[in-house]
Formats: sequence, C-alpha cells, structure tokens
Amino acid sequence: MMYRRVFGLPGWGVRSPFTELEQLKRQIGRMYNEFSGMPSQRGHAGVFPAVNVTANRDNYFLRAELPGVVAADLDIQATGNTISVAGERKIAGVEESARYHRREREAGKFSRVVSLPDDIDSERVKANMTDGVLTVVVPKAEKGKPRQIAVK
Amino acid sequence: MEDTESKELKVREKQELATPAEHTRSGLLFTPSVDIYETEKEMVLVADMPGVKAKDLTIDLRDNTLTLSGDIEPFENSDEEDLMIEYEVGKFHRQFTLSEVIDQAKIDANLSDGVLRLVLPKVEKAKPRRIEVKAG
Repeated sequence: MMYRRVFGLPGWGVRSPFTELEQLKRQIGRMYNEFSGMPSQRGHAGVFPAVNVTANRDNYFLRAELPGVVAADLDIQATGNTISVAGERKIAGVEESARYHRREREAGKFSRVVSLPDDIDSERVKANMTDGVLTVVVPKAEKGKPRQIAVK
Repeated sequence: MEDTESKELKVREKQELATPAEHTRSGLLFTPSVDIYETEKEMVLVADMPGVKAKDLTIDLRDNTLTLSGDIEPFENSDEEDLMIEYEVGKFHRQFTLSEVIDQAKIDANLSDGVLRLVLPKVEKAKPRRIEVKAG
C-alpha cells in the first residue's frame, strides 16, 4: 500500500515537475540575491524611476520610462562614476467639476543615483528624451575600455 | 492645479496584462496607467505609454468598447549587454467599457512625451437629464 501511495501519485508524469522546479530555482535565486546583498539582475531598487543599464564596447546606456516628463524638468548630472537623474513629473490640472473614474497616474518629484561599474567620461555624457523614454549615453573612460593586446 | 510640491514619486511595478491567452502575438503586454475623468460635455482619458510612437498606436472604439494598443520598437542595440534590468519593455494594451454614449466623429487623440490624451465628447442625449419617477 505504501508503495502505491508514494509512486502512484495522480498525474505525476503529466504535470511536468521540471517547470515547477525551474520556477522554484528562480525564486530561491532571487531570495539568495536579496540576502547576500549582491546586486541582483532583476527587480527594482525601490526608487523612482526604474532604470535599465546596458553597455556595449564604448558606452553605458541608462534608460528610464518617464512619460509626461519634459526635458526642461529634468536634471541629469555625472559625478565620478555615478549618474544622477532628478526631476519632476507634472500632471495638468482638471476643471473643478470633473469627476474621476480612474486615477492611476501620479505626479511628484524624483531623484535617483545610479553607479556604473567602471570609470566614465563625464564630459561627453549625452541625454535624450523621446516619447517619454529617457536615454543617457555615458561613454566609458579610455582606460576602462577593453583593449586588444597583440601577441607577438 | 493640484499641489505636487511635497510628494515624492514612488516606483511602481509595471502591470503585466493578466490574460495573455487572448493574444496570439508574442512578447510582453502591459496595462498602461490611466486617468479617466468626466466633465459635463466630455470624457477624458489620459494614458502613460512611454516609448510608443503615434504611428504604432491603435485606438479602436466600437459598441462602447474602447481599445488602446501601443506597439514598442526595441530601442536597445543588439550589441548591448544587460547590466541592470529594473523594468521590462513590451506592448501596451487596455480595454475600457464606456458607459456614456460618445460622439465618435469628434474624438480627439493626442500623443506627446509618451502620454496619450483622448478627449471623447458626449452626444447630446447622453448629457445628464433628470429622470422623473411616477407613482403608480
């Protein structure tokens, strides 16, 4: 009887245990990142705006979704190897008699600092707002770039 | 104008659409944050759709169902590697049922800085009118 109870679980072979295992592994991985204090690959820092950082050979790219924020209300600064993004999101007022059905958008100030893993060329940082998406292009400092070493 | 001086913006997780099964195209789908308000003459819908260009935005109104969908072109170059990913990028999609009767010919849509502003004027007969209750 015991044998049957253990190995005859209904649907054991049908519901793929591997998918569930994968999910569990991912969850544990995230927990591990939180506890060890290592910079985690996914998940946000709890500060607005959420930022994506990518890099190619020459530049770092910082991107943030800032719908409704105009360039004039943004203050971007480069210091050392950090980039700070501050600003304010404004929402146009509505007439007194208006009644809301939904109100999910928020206005307010924000300030965020992102540290980059290596030295940057702070003189040549460029920022651009297009369709509510901020892109900051941060050139890597010359010494931080990968260099090909010729083997003789 | 409301007072926004003291308020700090909090980061909010982008809302992934809960019913992906309805869609046959691949990729992530998000619900845009919206404000909807109503005045005597019109309904106004304001939606945050960062990264959506006017040509990639579809607004569809039929049988009182308003559908917004915005496609996103990938703006990362293929040679970039991820260092820190805090938000995902995907299409925006959201549907609304409008209770008021809208004058479809006069709908005005404007997309700027990633914010869609849709003004939907009400037809005459939908404007509020007092309903008398008869006894008997």
